[in-house]
Amino acid sequence: MDIKLLDVAPTEVEKGAVDLLLGPPLSGWDGGERDALTDTRVAEGGHESREDRHLLLPVLWAVQDRIGYISAPALAYISKRLMVPPAEVYGVASFYMMLATEPSPPRVLHVCEDIACKCLGSDDLIATLQERFGPEGAVSTDGRSTWHRSPCLGQCDRGPAVLMMEAGLEPFTRTYAPASSGTAFASLAEEEGVVGTEPAVPNQLGDPSLRLLRRIGVVDPWSLDDYRAKGGYDALRNAIALGPAGVIREVKDSRLMGRGGAAFPTGVKWEAVAQQPARPKFLICNADESEPGTFKDRVIMEGDPFSLVESMTIAAYAMGTETGFIYLRGEYPEAERAVQNAIDQAYDRGLLGDDILGEGFTFDLEIRRGAGAYICGEETAIFNSIEGFRGEPRSKPPFPVEKGVFQKPTAINNVETLINVLDVLMKSGPGYAEMGTQGSTGTKLFCLSGCVTRPGVYEVPFGGTLRELIDMAGGVPDGRELQAVLLGGAAGSFVRADELDIELSFEAVREAKTTLGSGVVMVFDDSVNMHRILQRIAQFFRNESCGQCVPCRVGTVRQQEALARLASGKPRESVEQELELIAEIGGCMRDASICGLGQAASSAVESAIDRLGVFKGGAQ
Amino acid sequence: MSDPVMMTPKRMVEVEVDGQAVKVFEGQTLLDAITKVGIETPTLCFGDTLAPKNACRVCVVEVEGARVLQPSCSRKAEPGMKVHTNSERVRASRRMVLELLASSVDLSTTSVAPEYLAAYEARPEKFGPQAPPDTHRDHHRAGHSAETDGQLAATVYQGKKIDNELYMRDYSKCILCYKCVDACGEQWQNTYAISVAGRGFDARISTEFVVPLPESACVYCGNCIQVCPTGALMFKSEHDLREEGEWREEEQTVTTTICTYCGVGCNLELHVQDNSIVKVTSPPEHSITHGNLCIKGRFGFQHAQARDGAKK
Repeated sequence: MDIKLLDVAPTEVEKGAVDLLLGPPLSGWDGGERDALTDTRVAEGGHESREDRHLLLPVLWAVQDRIGYISAPALAYISKRLMVPPAEVYGVASFYMMLATEPSPPRVLHVCEDIACKCLGSDDLIATLQERFGPEGAVSTDGRSTWHRSPCLGQCDRGPAVLMMEAGLEPFTRTYAPASSGTAFASLAEEEGVVGTEPAVPNQLGDPSLRLLRRIGVVDPWSLDDYRAKGGYDALRNAIALGPAGVIREVKDSRLMGRGGAAFPTGVKWEAVAQQPARPKFLICNADESEPGTFKDRVIMEGDPFSLVESMTIAAYAMGTETGFIYLRGEYPEAERAVQNAIDQAYDRGLLGDDILGEGFTFDLEIRRGAGAYICGEETAIFNSIEGFRGEPRSKPPFPVEKGVFQKPTAINNVETLINVLDVLMKSGPGYAEMGTQGSTGTKLFCLSGCVTRPGVYEVPFGGTLRELIDMAGGVPDGRELQAVLLGGAAGSFVRADELDIELSFEAVREAKTTLGSGVVMVFDDSVNMHRILQRIAQFFRNESCGQCVPCRVGTVRQQEALARLASGKPRESVEQELELIAEIGGCMRDASICGLGQAASSAVESAIDRLGVFKGGAQ
Repeated sequence: MSDPVMMTPKRMVEVEVDGQAVKVFEGQTLLDAITKVGIETPTLCFGDTLAPKNACRVCVVEVEGARVLQPSCSRKAEPGMKVHTNSERVRASRRMVLELLASSVDLSTTSVAPEYLAAYEARPEKFGPQAPPDTHRDHHRAGHSAETDGQLAATVYQGKKIDNELYMRDYSKCILCYKCVDACGEQWQNTYAISVAGRGFDARISTEFVVPLPESACVYCGNCIQVCPTGALMFKSEHDLREEGEWREEEQTVTTTICTYCGVGCNLELHVQDNSIVKVTSPPEHSITHGNLCIKGRFGFQHAQARDGAKK
């Protein structure tokens, strides 16, 4: 491929950042010094460079982390090193919220403006920043800092949340939650002693019935020894005793269903991947937990990271997948550090890599950091993102078990799904299935947030009611009335205060025409303006649509506009006509969008209208 | 066309389209089956020389048993599929797709637009008056948008890009069908001068950092113009005549000839108005070129008429 680049040479700093990740260039053909004697007669390395396209997002991160934005010379150098045309590199870089393609100060404070944080005062925080620091994107007098609004940072249990990203020789990213305006200003001003968040400790700490959360707050997340002392890696030994087919049999017998939102039977997926003749096969953990209101995977990864590494090792053993990726959202720096440490320690002890536990099987595992794109939680968008393309979903069929990442058979599972496997192997499949309901076995993690007294992750067996769950979290604050509950996140749906006796199981919520989605239970009391919440949900989908298909790219915009007209009391013709329009747009998005984002983009809005009666004289 | 290729026998797949049974080869699409029974399907991003991108979703059909509608241009026919091309669900989605496009994009030079909009009784004006052009559109941050009061329907309108003598790019007319990107990149030209950049409603076709075409990798083959269904990409000669109100397509003649620049022998279709060449296309069905040309065949006609000199 003949690549034409802009005539701009990278600085030593830009070149250094790229070379630190990719190693030095091999010849003049891939970005090195041009040797007139050799490089003019043979072209080498092109094929090898193109094979490395999957390093595009990591190398863009390397530049972002070093200088704070993707400069033209750095982009040209990346293009040369990976033999990816510059227009495509720009297309990928400009796709992600956390990568800047225009000059930006090295320090950026991302301020969450999403629904849970809205309930906890993020609007005030943003107003204070606007007033005392300047509008979004304003640069501090020393030129070092700026701030931007951000979609859900996954800290809904302790909002309002902010995330500071600092580029430099020693880049760091840190979450502050809850963040007072004082914290935000101190962070922007680079004051010493601003303390970041610690791993969350479950409110159910010490409850003997806990299974998925039992080690969190108990085990030292940084120590493999402590993990093993608390039962870690027993499940892997059981798996090896059972053999790969035995593991899949137990997972099928457990009737474990995926916890990412789609509730697909995990054992069936694993069996399909194991039976694929194509090689190599891949295992991906979807840790791009971006659904507003979801933070369970963060709690697991920060509090018990080795459990994720162990369960992925078991999955890899069962399916014969020798390479694994954890696609971890960029907004979770603390989780990334904890999981990276767990991976490093596992490699040191022979629990990852070649010949694991002397059993002759290989599994290599690495983290791929997302860069701020909700759509990259869609499984086929993850594949494109990992491969170094724009994170646009692919059409299905073909399905991932047949043609996934790099067009090879791929198993992709959510964090929570994977750690359930440990329990399956400790108890046997049928033993695991004893808990829960007929159609939903085991326990489920729920993310309680919004107007509840004790927000956080709760683990309960399937089959309880929504009311019991909200009561566990202390209900709405004293003196307040519960107005509505958002189940399943922005892609889920609202239920009314008189519907709290819904049983929490996949089959019962389907019956009740709602969803558990990713386990979001966001509670709104009567102090919340539901119009504002709906407008934010609509804006969220507009901002997070990848833009590939018309129904979602334009439909999300038209939905947002119609809601804005309704909320401001200025409908075009009448309220009824606007509601009809929203239903029409929703129908097209649901029916004709390529992927689940567009298909669910009107779900919460329509449920608020139809179920809560917002704009129909119901909730305000 | 007459390639002596040994064909392995292909199985036939029988599907039902609006109640009519039809057989197509295994691997063919629902669109092939629908076309075979004589039903017309609206398409925008589908281009027969390019792999279907199925981004526009105007060709969706209902397949019994499927949860959502399926893009007929790319969904392969499977035995026993029962397809509905004119159900209320299909019509509603197609109508909305057309309304969403027509309310956000300038479709004035999309040749099929009036017919489609009429056939589906689309009312793009129902979203309200259109927002004016946004000069900053190429620089929006991914994942950010300003709050709206909803009184103006957002559009993709922005200024025209005229940065060379051969093409004009007017992305106000772009429906983001990806065809130019595919034709420029891996499917035909292997030049990769353009890509989709940005995200969501702000997604747009762009060179790296929005540099003008002469600074990009563009080789001016014009194959992007050939595949553009909306006139967002246009010969500058056509654009200028349109601006002057002198573009009279009905008076034009089209002469097919063979390019004389090299030995490949690409077919050229010379569009002639007032005895001067105003545009060059190439037949997409041609087995050698598939509608593609290089800069010489596409734009090398000026010497034949020295139009700038002639005009003065």
